[in-house]
Amino acid sequence: MPRRTDLKHIMVIGSGPIVIGQACEFDYSGTQACRVLREEGLRVSLINSNPATIMTDPEFADATYVEPITAEYVEKAIADQLERGYPVDAILATLGGQTALNTAIALDEAGVLAKYDVELIGADIPAIHRGEDRQIFKDIVREVGGDVPRSAVCHTMDQVRATVAELGLPVVIRPSFTMGGLGSGMAYTDADLERLAGLGLSASPTSEVLIEESVLGWKEYELELMRDGNDNAVVVCSIENIDPMGVHTGDSMTVAPAMTLTDREYQVMRDLGLKILRAVGVATGGCNIQFAVNPKDGRLIVIEMNPRVSRSSALASKATGFPIAKIAAKLAIGYTLDEISNDITKATPAAFEPTLDYVVVKIPRFAFEKFPGADPTLTTTMKSVGEAMSIGRNFAEAFGKAMRSMETKASGFWTGPAREELSLEQLLEKIAVPTDGRIYDVERALSLGATVEQVHQATGIDPWFLDQLVLVIGIAAEVRGADVLDATLLRRAKRFGLSDLQISVLRSDLANETAVRNLRRELGVRPVFKTVDTCAAEFEANTPYHYSAYETDPAAESEVAPQTVKPKVIILGSGPNRIGQGIEFDSSCVHAAMALREAGFETVMVNCNPETVSTDYDTSDRLYFEPLTAEDVLEVIAAEQESGTVAGVIVTLGGQTPLKLAGVLQEEGITILGTQPDAIDLAEDRGRFGDLLTSAELPAPAFGMATSFEQASKVAAGIGYPVLVRPSYVLGGRGMEIVYDEASLADYIDRATEITDDHPVLVDRFLDDAIEIDVDALCDGTEVYLGGVMEHIEEAGIHSGDSASVLPPITLGRGDIEKVRQYTEAIALGGRVVGLLNVQYALKDETLYVLEANPRASRTVPFSSKATAVQLAKAAARIMTGTSIADLRAEGMLSPRGDAGTLPSVAPVAVKEAVMQFHRFRKADGSGVDSLLGPEMRSTGEVMGIDTAFGPAFAKSQTGSYGSLPTSGTVFVSVANKDKRSMVFPVKRLADLGFTILATEGTADMLSRNGINAQVVRKHYEGSGNIVEMIKAGQVDLVINTPYGQSGTRVDGYEIRTAAVATDIPCITTVAGAAAAIQGIEALTLQNVGVTPLQVLQDRLVEAVKAQAALADAAAGVGA
Amino acid sequence: MSETTAVLVLEDGRIFTGISFGAAGTAFGEAVFATGMTGYQETLTDPSYRRQVVVATAPQIGNTGWVEEDNESSAIHVAGFVIRDLSPAPSSWRATATLPEEMERQGIVGVAGVDTRALTRHLRSRGAMRCGIFAGSAVTTPEEMVAAVLATPGMAGADLTGEVTTTEAYTVQAVGEQKYTVACVDLGIKANTPRSFAERGVTAHVLPATCTIEDILALGVDGVFLSNGPGDPATADRIVALTKEVLDRRIPLFGICFGNQILGRALGFGTYKLKFGHRGINQPVKDHLTGKTMVTSQNHGFAVDAAAGEVLQTPYGKVEVGFTGLNDGVVEGLNCHDVPAFSVQFHPEAAAGPHDARYLFDRFVTMLAAATPETENSNSKVTA
Repeated sequence: MPRRTDLKHIMVIGSGPIVIGQACEFDYSGTQACRVLREEGLRVSLINSNPATIMTDPEFADATYVEPITAEYVEKAIADQLERGYPVDAILATLGGQTALNTAIALDEAGVLAKYDVELIGADIPAIHRGEDRQIFKDIVREVGGDVPRSAVCHTMDQVRATVAELGLPVVIRPSFTMGGLGSGMAYTDADLERLAGLGLSASPTSEVLIEESVLGWKEYELELMRDGNDNAVVVCSIENIDPMGVHTGDSMTVAPAMTLTDREYQVMRDLGLKILRAVGVATGGCNIQFAVNPKDGRLIVIEMNPRVSRSSALASKATGFPIAKIAAKLAIGYTLDEISNDITKATPAAFEPTLDYVVVKIPRFAFEKFPGADPTLTTTMKSVGEAMSIGRNFAEAFGKAMRSMETKASGFWTGPAREELSLEQLLEKIAVPTDGRIYDVERALSLGATVEQVHQATGIDPWFLDQLVLVIGIAAEVRGADVLDATLLRRAKRFGLSDLQISVLRSDLANETAVRNLRRELGVRPVFKTVDTCAAEFEANTPYHYSAYETDPAAESEVAPQTVKPKVIILGSGPNRIGQGIEFDSSCVHAAMALREAGFETVMVNCNPETVSTDYDTSDRLYFEPLTAEDVLEVIAAEQESGTVAGVIVTLGGQTPLKLAGVLQEEGITILGTQPDAIDLAEDRGRFGDLLTSAELPAPAFGMATSFEQASKVAAGIGYPVLVRPSYVLGGRGMEIVYDEASLADYIDRATEITDDHPVLVDRFLDDAIEIDVDALCDGTEVYLGGVMEHIEEAGIHSGDSASVLPPITLGRGDIEKVRQYTEAIALGGRVVGLLNVQYALKDETLYVLEANPRASRTVPFSSKATAVQLAKAAARIMTGTSIADLRAEGMLSPRGDAGTLPSVAPVAVKEAVMQFHRFRKADGSGVDSLLGPEMRSTGEVMGIDTAFGPAFAKSQTGSYGSLPTSGTVFVSVANKDKRSMVFPVKRLADLGFTILATEGTADMLSRNGINAQVVRKHYEGSGNIVEMIKAGQVDLVINTPYGQSGTRVDGYEIRTAAVATDIPCITTVAGAAAAIQGIEALTLQNVGVTPLQVLQDRLVEAVKAQAALADAAAGVGA
Repeated sequence: MSETTAVLVLEDGRIFTGISFGAAGTAFGEAVFATGMTGYQETLTDPSYRRQVVVATAPQIGNTGWVEEDNESSAIHVAGFVIRDLSPAPSSWRATATLPEEMERQGIVGVAGVDTRALTRHLRSRGAMRCGIFAGSAVTTPEEMVAAVLATPGMAGADLTGEVTTTEAYTVQAVGEQKYTVACVDLGIKANTPRSFAERGVTAHVLPATCTIEDILALGVDGVFLSNGPGDPATADRIVALTKEVLDRRIPLFGICFGNQILGRALGFGTYKLKFGHRGINQPVKDHLTGKTMVTSQNHGFAVDAAAGEVLQTPYGKVEVGFTGLNDGVVEGLNCHDVPAFSVQFHPEAAAGPHDARYLFDRFVTMLAAATPETENSNSKVTA
């Protein structure tokens, strides 16, 4: 079936901000979709509020709406396209995660699809319901002959006992019609059963509990399937979870392909998967089905399905080389699998099932350290924030590589900080509870002599995986015990995934990983590079998608093809997503690949994050799916040097991960492009950076360094409280806190165990009530180009990644921006920056303070780029490879004249808002974690609101991140004395707009004196019925709470803020913020919030910039 | 575990060194690679792999040990087994032994630790070729070992049917009510084939390859089945003649794999040796009758030479290529228009492999039904 001819214009729905459970995998899939649809000559419109995505780059769609992903805004976008003369024929919502799918359902329910005669392609609404409604889905599984967990609805304890007699313990008890899983639990014993079922029956308003068979500890599998419009269907990949049932698959370590199924068992699963796919009726595209297998008797049950492209699809695509999203997009417009060619072989069709001759391991990355007090137990609620994938020629090799890809303190067994000494019994008890890092304790238990059976009993991990660990432990023992580490043993150790670092820990005669590296080189123990080709080498591969492996044969075959024509640039990616380092950095890496490819370089990407666009084999000329460690990166570089000329390596676009490698690479004599390692160190070393500021006469908040409490206390006393304390060399403000007195300083030093002479703690003066300014700039060594000047809407003190900001700045004067320019130039030129630079400033009482500077791509680069219509990371990549800013201006990549500091007045206003995930985490007692915002970054993602004026842009940013600003309801106002005067007008405006005003006593008095009727409400510490309780009860729609400076009641504000975040209502903490919110509310109330494609906004800006430049040229006597 | 060196020696002189597993000694055969990620046991016990040294591209082998009930025949038929990594211990609730134990018991030589990807790429570009595995004390000089390999017969021209066919006829009874009976000519049949008939109410009389048309007629069967099997179809003149006898009598006929090549030759088509063959469980095939694509299990080094997409005239009337491999356009099956016969080059019985093509057994049953007058129940059918 060829492509449908009736479809001319498709609207793709993205997935919005990065949140836990929905990360950049949907940018990867959406980007592929947009690319495919445009290649097919279709018009593509796109809606996605996340500016850090590649898909929202203007060249990926004909019309890009950086707008909130809600039915309301999608309808606006459809209407806008219609008005512009481009009616939308169809919506593709299966590549944008649950957000897109839910939006599609909402559009259908609101009648929007019918109203505009828009078809939903890829999946129809009934199929989505069949896939997602648990009961309907269970029925379908049974109809096609599958099995589901057995269960019975019971109304009495007798019925409960009878049911359990049949099912056997343990069982899951789920009371009907209770909120948030209240009263549900797992009964392991008769006593548990009596207690839990009894409670459940009484908790249920209908005295009804569901008693369900427990599948905890069963083997867990996933299949990724695809189906086309001609009913051809294939299984792209099988995935086996190492952590058994009970841990969310997103939080499990997983392996592809499945390792412990015989063909018979696998085929039963495959048959069932295909039957379910057809019965649910996924029309075209991908889906994911989860299975559980009882390890005792092989009983197979179906758990659930996702009738759309999922996180696992991204993993499966990277694991197999079969681009699920790309093919799903083609299927959605009518092609069949046999008509689509396999990109990798070119010669064979996509109607096949990839076969792997390697093993893939994925390990999730957690961020519990960001949420103090959060219970680190892994459950069926996903908590990981990212993941790394690795490829090896056996399980052990892939597993070792994945472990060292995690960017955690330990990078594989036997490395990292010492762990608490535990006896075997204690360890066996500990590993029974799945947690982040459990596998380290599993290894310790096995090393202490636990049998595979004991560990299997404790963890439910399949003995096959445990045997593999035993194998690795045995090899470690050989390495430790051998008199001489000879080539054979070293090769054997490498073949089973041991890193140079691990070997150095095991061998007393090898001081560090460098020593092991040198020994390996001496003995000629080097990896070969194999290819991911979808077909286990049956056909020739045309796509250089490589991974390293150690083979026994010293003359083993490497598959890196020679390429001697073009110079190569190696771009180091950013590794697994974590808080503070995510998709924004990947975006910069991808941009570099695009720009350099176009500029005539051969681009080589190294990364280990399967969710990203950078690890799409289409992004660069060559892709190495490898850990970003010195060892692995050096081997990639060596392979590339052997096959051609390496112009250099880019380390400044992938965040802190590649930046850390700069030193080692330079020691190895490898050319670093752009800012040199010494200059990187200059910016990161507080002493050296301080000297730079002093010599340039730039003010910085007073600061000092300390390696003990006594020192810190002395420094703080000298500077004056409050002070900002943090460890040196961190990203995302990890471990950063504002400290108000000596006692809390002592407490901080106590907790910050990592302080050593090499890693002192930094103590800065905290600038209360300052305006924070974030600057992205480019420097080529002689000229500095301001790429974006962002004004924070939040007060200073909240991590820049967590605070809302606006570009162009709305309250800064021309003089302020000039000062920002001068300072940035001084830092960039003085700091010998070549490429990107990010500087954070605080403006307080007319003084501009330099807070910090980072000579690398920042989190805000994609945001600045979209807001200013200049792709900064692309320009940076060009600058790093020798092109000057002047040349880039002439080329049109940068503005012909001026920069983001001189934006014309028609420039759109863009607001960035952060998205928090506090609701995902619970303390061990079940209460919510502290959602206090501070200098440590906690947000996982961000959205952009863009419009012609601040009000609507701000409103959109709020809608995209939290839900809409209220247009009616109740506002709570509590402001510091110094803010009371400036708050009168905003609050009066809210009252005029019809809001009910609540205020604490002092504020209410002030308001009533100004003729505003406010109801008095108790402060948090004033007992029950207080404001915090009211917020939690959902009685407040908006909070305006400016902190009271250093008076101590600041804590009350934080309680209020915590409550606001927990209930997902906007909370404004500054006068500027209040003004912003009111502008937003007015915009919403007047109902004039429209949508405009990014391309239109940018074109308008570019035209104005050109006109401005022409005028300036004329004035300067240049030109005619 | 003490490790004994073993080497794989190819006839073109390339040598891969690894570790011996399974039985000690030497093994010779044609080096072929199989790409299935599951089903090593079914592969090893598939008679079609007779006299072949199978290279598994899946890197972790032995994960599920040896499961007695999953055998596709009574013995391991491969000449040798080449893998990358052997599991230290199997994990399956059904396992009855480990892979190396079973290979040792049956005297099958294996070599592990080989860069199987490099080997596969070599075979892909040079084509399947003769090889030998030399384990432990059998390892000598490269020259001697290559000479030993070159002294063995190649696969072209090999008549291996006699080595794999059953010596005695046996019957696999229909499950439930018997609707039809077929004679299965055992050219190396897999256990799942008679099982697939039986599941459809068809009793399978499995006959030695030496059977005659009289033997078949004596059974009074409703149809004839030509099984899969090893070797060069060009050597199977006797079976081809038998097939013509079946076609002459318009007895419904179904062939799989080797059986497809036999039917092809009976219809007058040639057969030829593929460069490296199709051996895997992910092979896409288009059924031209339905227009649908299925993922099939395949294991063939030879193929029928016929033009797809046109109606071909044969001594038995019009014939069309009914199935085409989508990877390379190879003929994957034949449909006769004027006699009740069809065949497929792939394995609808799978084992190992996907079940997408199982419906072809139903298609044969439909053919049997069409050829059998409704009133005449095969239970009471009189001998011809």
